[in-house]
Amino acid sequence: MYTKMDSDYNRFKKIVKGWLRKELKNFIVSGDITTQLPTHKGGSGGAKTITVPLPRIELPQFVYGSTAEQSGSSGVGQGDGDVGEAVPAAPADEAQQAGDVSAQHGYEDEVSLDTLAQMLGEELALPRIENKREGSLQQKRRRFSGVVNQGPESLHHFRCTYRAALKRSLAAGEYDLNNPVIIPIKDDRRYRSHDTISAPQGSAAIIYMMDVSGSMGATQKELVRLTSFWLDTWIMHAYQGVERRFIVHDATAQVVAEDVFYRIRESGGTLISSAYKQAAALIAREFDPQDWNIYLFHFSDGDNWSQSDTQICLQLLEDELLPAVNLFGYGQTESRYGSGQFLKDLRQRFDSETEDKVITSQIAERAQIVDTLKTFLGKGR
Amino acid sequence: MRRTYQSLSPELGKLAYELSEAAKQAGLDFFDTVFELVNHQELNAAAAYGGFPNRYPHWRWGMNYDRLAKTYRYGLSTIYELVINTDPAYAYLLDSNPLVLQKTVMAHVYGHVDFFKNNYWFSQTNRKMLDQMANNATTVRNIIEEVGQDQVEIFIDQCLSVDNLIDIHAPFKTPRPAATAEPVPQDQVLRPQKIKAKKYMDGYVNPVDLLEVQRQQQLEEAAKKKRLPEQPQRDVLQFMIDHAPLTEWQIRILQIIRDEAYYFAPQMQTKILNEGWASYWHAKMMTDLHPCDSAEIVDFCDLHSGVVAQHPHQVNPYRLGIELLRYAKQRWDEGKFGHEYVSYDDPKMRREHKVFTGRGDEKIFEIRQWHNDVTFVDEFLDEDFCHEHKMFLYQYDPSRQQNVITSRHFQTVKKELLDSITNLGQPIIELVDGNYKNRGEMLLEHRYTGKELKAEQSKQTLQALYRLWSRPVHISTYQHNKPVTWSFDGSDYEQVDTGAERRAS
Repeated sequence: MYTKMDSDYNRFKKIVKGWLRKELKNFIVSGDITTQLPTHKGGSGGAKTITVPLPRIELPQFVYGSTAEQSGSSGVGQGDGDVGEAVPAAPADEAQQAGDVSAQHGYEDEVSLDTLAQMLGEELALPRIENKREGSLQQKRRRFSGVVNQGPESLHHFRCTYRAALKRSLAAGEYDLNNPVIIPIKDDRRYRSHDTISAPQGSAAIIYMMDVSGSMGATQKELVRLTSFWLDTWIMHAYQGVERRFIVHDATAQVVAEDVFYRIRESGGTLISSAYKQAAALIAREFDPQDWNIYLFHFSDGDNWSQSDTQICLQLLEDELLPAVNLFGYGQTESRYGSGQFLKDLRQRFDSETEDKVITSQIAERAQIVDTLKTFLGKGR
Repeated sequence: MRRTYQSLSPELGKLAYELSEAAKQAGLDFFDTVFELVNHQELNAAAAYGGFPNRYPHWRWGMNYDRLAKTYRYGLSTIYELVINTDPAYAYLLDSNPLVLQKTVMAHVYGHVDFFKNNYWFSQTNRKMLDQMANNATTVRNIIEEVGQDQVEIFIDQCLSVDNLIDIHAPFKTPRPAATAEPVPQDQVLRPQKIKAKKYMDGYVNPVDLLEVQRQQQLEEAAKKKRLPEQPQRDVLQFMIDHAPLTEWQIRILQIIRDEAYYFAPQMQTKILNEGWASYWHAKMMTDLHPCDSAEIVDFCDLHSGVVAQHPHQVNPYRLGIELLRYAKQRWDEGKFGHEYVSYDDPKMRREHKVFTGRGDEKIFEIRQWHNDVTFVDEFLDEDFCHEHKMFLYQYDPSRQQNVITSRHFQTVKKELLDSITNLGQPIIELVDGNYKNRGEMLLEHRYTGKELKAEQSKQTLQALYRLWSRPVHISTYQHNKPVTWSFDGSDYEQVDTGAERRAS
């Protein structure tokens, strides 16, 4: 009935998007999304949208309400209770008041991850990721291309059926110009059919490694989690199929599931090489560099156990990992105990001039997440 | 616009007819009422547009719609009834509602339409608003075609920021005669300064044409000093239509927004009474005049109790309205009025005073005819009612982080309630000077009654006002119990504490 609403609705959505674009940097670091992170699961299957909390959009007016108190903080009510007693909390179904929707809540909007990735790209001026390896992996897609005589009713092709029936009735001489009724019989029915086409697929694998030694606390993990969410968002935007693996390490390393990755308790010392070995093994086992665009991210406080282990790490990187991956990102969080030595070692060994696969960044606080994203993704690899 | 009019099913049509007959029997007098059966999307869209199928394009409707659609989806709330004040009146029925609910809604709607038709405060509203709204929409669309959507939208936003600056009583006032342009009496008052001279020298020292020039100057001065507006004016929108430097299309839009604000004002002015009246009648019809059958009555009771449920944190207008009406009816049925009754100090005496007069129905029809929320509550909410209905005043206690009951004292509670509905619960703001400081600036004055304005929002509003007025704007009000004036001159805000100075001027 009210088709006019579409345009007003779209107009509103546009305003919301504009707001989000403006506030994106704050949103990136706000952590509001961390409660919804499972949405990224496996690149597909999970919900493709996330909920973005927005302030109540309203037009300012001269209204009552002192700033000191919380709004709606005094008024007339009805019910039991003595003076000085607390007013009983509103029952959950209070909103069911007839005819009248009291909405003092903020506004929430659902934004698709694709849109979000686009905004992220525009906001941070990220270059498009080039698909380095279009390997042997084939992606199969269905395309409706033909018409056949049999099929499910849902694929019934009315026009072709009509044409077949028309032809038949003309051929049979049943067609009457004055009474052009066409009645299809079973043989006339036509259905859409599909072909399966395979096209080379640009697939990506993201391998996250995180240091879970004693010095990586909840704050640091939160930073990692936020950063990795946005890395996911951007990389998934560029490839059709994205696989992700998670490796935690202290003195030993193991591949874990995503929620374990973010929740595991920290303990023990740090041997970074253990993680790199795991990663190398993982790549050798599952991701042929010929077919996969591999992204390797490592988060640590940079406090490796020994300098000799660091040497092993650097060697591993140079010999095995770097040739296989598109990008190696190292994000260093700050901790009270950490010396942050590993970052210096990395920077010393891999000069950013000559080795553009190695990118390092420091994430000491939330505000730096945006910069980190920019550094990690700024090369368009 | 595509508009599918779904006529009611025979079953619903019959019901509507029976209910309207029952309502007429009981003395209700309403416009013809057209019910439209709609699905929830259509209902939400209509509700987002304030009940009208066609409004000027604006994102705010989209926002309303989005919110309604979400609350519907999450099962938080459903709109039961939506009826618009036009002749014939239009009301919507949600197609997924059970029959007993449809019946209740119809009965409720007849109550509303009777109220629209007969209540004094609605008497000045445009009953062809459906057409008017559609015309307004077309006008705005044409303007958008001409000047572009962004520009129009921004302008509408600015207008809506000040659309509560109207005088809700204006439709009932006889317009003041326009000030006559010429200053006759001043002729005598103003006398050019003469230089004292002997009579025979006078013609030389004070030449006649010089005197004339001086007199002219003085007249001009006086005219300048004349205030604009002469009297403080509540209808700031009208003032801006008359005096702000707006282009033609801007004036048309402002006019539209002003018209619509006045159209909706009586509905907010009579929320308690109107909802109370409609609820009173749906309850009466469903239980007495056109009673539910035994299969429906439990559902009806469940529904009705939801509508008039008592909420601890707010006064439910449905509940307060229906209870107050019933209370008034009972009082006038039992002769609880007049000097003798009112002069009892003892509540017990008042309770026991019973003389059958049976004038209750007459009284509530009189109430529906003449009262609005403020007068209704003021006249009929008395101490007995306040206590019987357990009304209290609460306040937020920051140290306990919860709302705490602060008083059950009748006068205090009643004052707060009246405060919250006076001027639609909006601050009373007057335009006192349209030529403030003789520089064409605008000075508004908030009539402070103990409640302060939201500071941040007010400043943003000033900004919108500035855009419309194009000259610096000021509003004098109170913050933390001290008089202040907020000003916005196009780039900066200024806050001036104006203690003595303001009163003096």
